[in-house]
Amino acid sequence: MASEEESAVKEPLDLIRLSLDERIYVKLRSDRELRGKLHAYDQHLNMILGDVEEVVTTVEIDDETYEEIVRTTKRTVPFLFVRGDGVILVSPPLRTA
Amino acid sequence: MKIKLTSASYSVRSIKFSFCSNLLAKPRKPSLFLGRGIEIILFFSYFKDLVGREVTVELKNDLAIRGTLHSVDQYLNIKLENTRVVDQDKYPHMLSVRNCFIRGSVVRYVQLPPDGVDIELLHDATRREARGG
Repeated sequence: MASEEESAVKEPLDLIRLSLDERIYVKLRSDRELRGKLHAYDQHLNMILGDVEEVVTTVEIDDETYEEIVRTTKRTVPFLFVRGDGVILVSPPLRTA
Repeated sequence: MKIKLTSASYSVRSIKFSFCSNLLAKPRKPSLFLGRGIEIILFFSYFKDLVGREVTVELKNDLAIRGTLHSVDQYLNIKLENTRVVDQDKYPHMLSVRNCFIRGSVVRYVQLPPDGVDIELLHDATRREARGG
């Protein structure tokens, strides 16, 4: 019964609470994405993630062919604090594999 | 059966949830309004516990600074000691800087030591902050 009250979803932040200690996907500003395990968050969407993989997407335009080259740079960080003002969205991970 | 109206119950849906909480006979956390008025300081407390540890602060302009966390405040402004820029060749303008104050709003990430904290404690604190707020 206690868990019923705890998981009463009243507002969007409660949806994030359901993902605590789960892997999530975070879209950030500047074409960055994070996938990691959510350990903590607050109402500003400051977050602490564990085992994080960051993907930075850059688009380069070839001078001659005007072809768009999409490059992604990945790196992993064991434990990361993310400031909330850069967060666009939070979601369960979109598993393509 | 009394329906407890919280100060945030502007809609019918809120009233329904207050009704359910009465049924469960567990005192509901103070009203939504009160929860927002109190300064919620989860990460401030977390960083205070981390003082003295080595962290890497990555700023929004891509500059990454490694140093010992000296102090933090409610805005998550950070003071670092014994700082070194991570990519010294790319950002030579802070070669001689050993201590710095970083405004919280320019921080993008703070890379923390993996054994930085008790994870269970974080989870519990987050659930407590999130519940009813």
